[in-house]
Amino acid sequence: MNILVCVKRVPETGGRVSLSADGREIDTRYLGFTVSPHEECATEEAVRLIEANGGSSTVLTLGPETAADQLRAALAIGIDRAILLETDGQDWDPVSTAAAIVAAVRAEAAAGVTYDLLLMGNEAADSGDFQVGIRVALALGLPCINGVKSLEVRDGVATARREAGGGWEVFQVPLPAVVAVREGINLPRYPSVPGRLRAKKKEIERFVPEGRGTGVAAGSSGPAGPDKIRLRLPAETEGRVEILGSGADAAPAVVDLLERIGVLSA
Amino acid sequence: MILAFVEQAGGRPDRSSLEALTFARRLAAGMGVPLGAVLFGADAAAAATELGAYGVGSAWVVEHADLDSYAPAAWGRSVAGLVGVASPSIVLAAGTDRGHEVLAYAAAMVDAPMAANCLEIRPGDSFEVTRQRWGGSLLEDASLAGPVRFVTIAEHATQPQDVPTPLVVKVESFRPSLAESDLRVRVVARVAPEVGKVSLADARVVVGGGRGVGGSEAFSELEELAGLLHGAVGVSRVVTSAGWRPHSQQVGQTGTRIAPDIYIACGISGAIQHIVGCKAAKAILVINTDPEAPIMSRAAYAVIGDLHAVVPAISAEIRRRQAS
Ligand SMILES: Cc1cc2nc3c(=O)[nH]c(=O)nc-3n(C[C@H](O)[C@H](O)[C@H](O)COP(=O)(O)OP(=O)(O)OC[C@H]3O[C@@H](n4cnc5c(N)ncnc54)[C@H](O)[C@@H]3O)c2cc1C
Ligand SMILES: Nc1ncnc2c1ncn2[C@@H]1O[C@H](COP(=O)(O)O)[C@@H](O)[C@H]1O
Repeated sequence: MNILVCVKRVPETGGRVSLSADGREIDTRYLGFTVSPHEECATEEAVRLIEANGGSSTVLTLGPETAADQLRAALAIGIDRAILLETDGQDWDPVSTAAAIVAAVRAEAAAGVTYDLLLMGNEAADSGDFQVGIRVALALGLPCINGVKSLEVRDGVATARREAGGGWEVFQVPLPAVVAVREGINLPRYPSVPGRLRAKKKEIERFVPEGRGTGVAAGSSGPAGPDKIRLRLPAETEGRVEILGSGADAAPAVVDLLERIGVLSA
Repeated sequence: MILAFVEQAGGRPDRSSLEALTFARRLAAGMGVPLGAVLFGADAAAAATELGAYGVGSAWVVEHADLDSYAPAAWGRSVAGLVGVASPSIVLAAGTDRGHEVLAYAAAMVDAPMAANCLEIRPGDSFEVTRQRWGGSLLEDASLAGPVRFVTIAEHATQPQDVPTPLVVKVESFRPSLAESDLRVRVVARVAPEVGKVSLADARVVVGGGRGVGGSEAFSELEELAGLLHGAVGVSRVVTSAGWRPHSQQVGQTGTRIAPDIYIACGISGAIQHIVGCKAAKAILVINTDPEAPIMSRAAYAVIGDLHAVVPAISAEIRRRQAS
């Protein structure tokens, strides 16, 4: 079977975030980059399915030249091929992103490569649009299951579960299909040293997506968007922290507090 | 009209849908337009009549033999079909799994963009929204185009509030025209929730552990304290990635959102992706060796020190008081 995994490069922010001077981006001068945990799990799931069923896996991203780092991270854990739809660094909205992914899948098909499964994250870490997978599936005429935390593929049928109201909902679709997964579906492996070396040597297939420079892909018939105007940090209610003590000696003060707020019946 | 997709179970609208309706009602009043609703499933008609208390004047109950069980593309197609009938200027849903999914389908089907997890909407020629990014740790102002605007409303941001004089809801049935492919994805089975466990999302006390716990064995210290407080253990992503604890215990952007009376965060630095999962806690008590850890600025209380000394001492003190 053939699997395509879609990932998005995002800054790896820690405890505090600051914005660029124009307020449109996170200030990434001192930050590393990563992909969403959901997408790390999608990548791991692709590697496991290919290990079990045979075939080939491909990772794809729409992003700047530097997003090659995130593709190499996927190659390092066992993905076979990598495709970079290279932007000029502008953010693409979800409508345009989906259109670019659809165009890439069609171009692959024209070159003789068809996919049984398109794996996505449930939502991108930064923009959280909750829609790229669905738009891709509709355009390609494929069924789509979202929020997936357990996936089984057998005899051309995907059975997927997602959490609902404390229990689970079970979906079943014939392949080819789009499946958007959540962190927790598996525990991604760490890349091995030989894996990293192999990834370093692999070629990354680069394409310029149609619409580069405008940030809006050709091929969607309605308006794109949403169009980002600016980012803002939410207002913080910076309270003052009360230090109850240090070390084990603080225990009585802590238990006094627990009694006071009523979580410990004395 | 503003058209709202309302989720219901057993004839009762879901809480997050009532939040979204409360948001929608205020928006509709400001725009001078009526509020309508669309519902699916058995008992949808019963739920529809309850919506008058939330300012809904008309409701469509989707009737189709195959649609009582959840089918995201077909539900989306139905909402897209209703857009042609009701001509709303805004289609809205709660920012839940189903809300996002049904609206994304409907928006894609009518070739419109969609903005997820909105907190504010400023209608007008340049229709602007404020929406959540990074699970809510960052906000984005964006404009949204199209004759019909599709938006989901962030959960837990609006208190549901009914109106003093409920409207009488005009309930109509709506028969969507579906393509066969719309019915490919459907819920084919359900697994009921486990009973009797303190769920992390609902626990009144959560004892959290991060990298500072240092390994899987040391979690017994946190479990003991959680047990004494009838609470649950929650963890950071470092802990689940290392395999010390299962992902079902992860708190944060890609884990569970908690809202306890107190969150006791031990050996956790307070990355923004962790904080969005625990900021609904009434109070945070930090136990950390580093008085400069970012989580301190979110905490009401703190103990500076090694969690391996502090946590067992708290448990011992609770036992001592319980015994006396
Ligand atoms: C898109 C995305 C999504 C993410 N989603 C999540 C999520 O859902 N949940 C989540 O938690 N993270 C998430 N993360 C990861 C997050 O960014 C942080 O890496 C993670 O939360 C850090 O975990 P930590 O606080 O346990 O570790 P660290 O940041 O390493 O902090 C360890 C803390 O322990 C303290 N400490 C060390 N030893 C002791 C001791 N003996 N006693 C007391 N204190 C001690 C240290 O002072 C330090 O403050 C996500 C990241 C990304 C990019
Ligand atoms: N720039 C991108 N490149 C590749 N895949 C993407 C990109 N943006 C989004 N995706 C995929 O679509 C999923 C959902 O994204 P979104 O709808 O933006 O929340 C992500 O988890 C990715 O799998």
